[in-house]
Amino acid sequence: MPPLTTPKSGDALFASVERVNAELFTLTYGAIVRQLLTDLEEVEEVNKQLDQMGYNIGTRLVDEFLAKSNVSNCADFKETADTIAKTLSYVCPVIAFFTATVAMHHSGTFHALSSANSLGFKMFLGVTATVTNWDAEGTTCSFVLEDNPLVDFVELPDTCQGLQYCNVLSGVIRGALEMVSMKTEVTWVRDMLRGDDAYEMRVKLTKQVPEEYPYKDDD
Amino acid sequence: MGREVSESCVDGVVMEMVAAYCGRFYAAKPELAAGRIEAIGFQVGHQLSERYTMERPRFTDHLEAIKFICKDFWSELFKKQIDNLKTNHRGTFVLQDNHFRWLTRVSLDPAVESTDATENDSGSLGDSAAQTTSMLLYFPCGLIRGALTNLGIPCAVSADMSNLPACSFVVRIKT
Repeated sequence: MPPLTTPKSGDALFASVERVNAELFTLTYGAIVRQLLTDLEEVEEVNKQLDQMGYNIGTRLVDEFLAKSNVSNCADFKETADTIAKTLSYVCPVIAFFTATVAMHHSGTFHALSSANSLGFKMFLGVTATVTNWDAEGTTCSFVLEDNPLVDFVELPDTCQGLQYCNVLSGVIRGALEMVSMKTEVTWVRDMLRGDDAYEMRVKLTKQVPEEYPYKDDD
Repeated sequence: MGREVSESCVDGVVMEMVAAYCGRFYAAKPELAAGRIEAIGFQVGHQLSERYTMERPRFTDHLEAIKFICKDFWSELFKKQIDNLKTNHRGTFVLQDNHFRWLTRVSLDPAVESTDATENDSGSLGDSAAQTTSMLLYFPCGLIRGALTNLGIPCAVSADMSNLPACSFVVRIKT
């Protein structure tokens, strides 16, 4: 059995991955949104496509996250979940979208999961996210981002008021969580591009699919 | 050093954009998809070169601008310079990157490796991996064309990926 390793902090994770100039990312995303608006015409359709792109990206990013974050698939679920929850809430008060996912997966609580998510934000975007506003059942929470590299240089013109510019992020969360057996609905509550004071996504767990092994061992 | 994000973010966004245009929007019209992908690259290259040349004197000739692309521009984007620059001194430049970052994780069927990105022969029993890779390359072609256009040099850019992961970009300056 592999030793139980401590999940890395968000900062350590971000330091460990290959990084590139954020302007390339920001401007590329902006150019894609612009081109989609031209080609698809309907703002609603653009929102849908951005979400779909995010979903596809999320399903791949979660692998990288699990590989690099030391969030281990340990036999002792409770201990793992506790470790993750503690590490995340103290070391990385912001986000770990992915860590949370895994923890939740193990502990059966959505709580731990969300803190992992906030780790993921740190790992991939280099910003921290805060997990707050839990509902009583522990199935809905908010990720709050005060900084967001996607929107550097961005201003929404009046003609694009219905545009959910950051929809790719909610898609990423949905995709990544689905890969660890949690179906979620993600909606935007606050958006700085519309004059709010932060970005806030509401993440609701709709269904937790039990892990299944469709394959059989040789024996 | 300015702000950074994980490389996977850029890879993910670019790959999804290519997949969306080739697979969902213009699956039956690869030339239209190629044009859109190139246009997105153009936009990004145009904006980036504006930012990266803010504090420089104006380039006096084409070669100087091309050298800027090979050195500064490429370093900002890929943390390395173009490895080899050739020119026929009549407006055609070949920029070769021996280890082009966006192609290092692409694998191809050896039988179809010598596909030219500019040829989109839909009649050939196209290997979809080669097709996807050539689609992917319209983005950096657009980046280079956008950057040079912003520097006042209208041109056409194509890519040759006949020996991966090396990649050559052919810049033909319009006179």
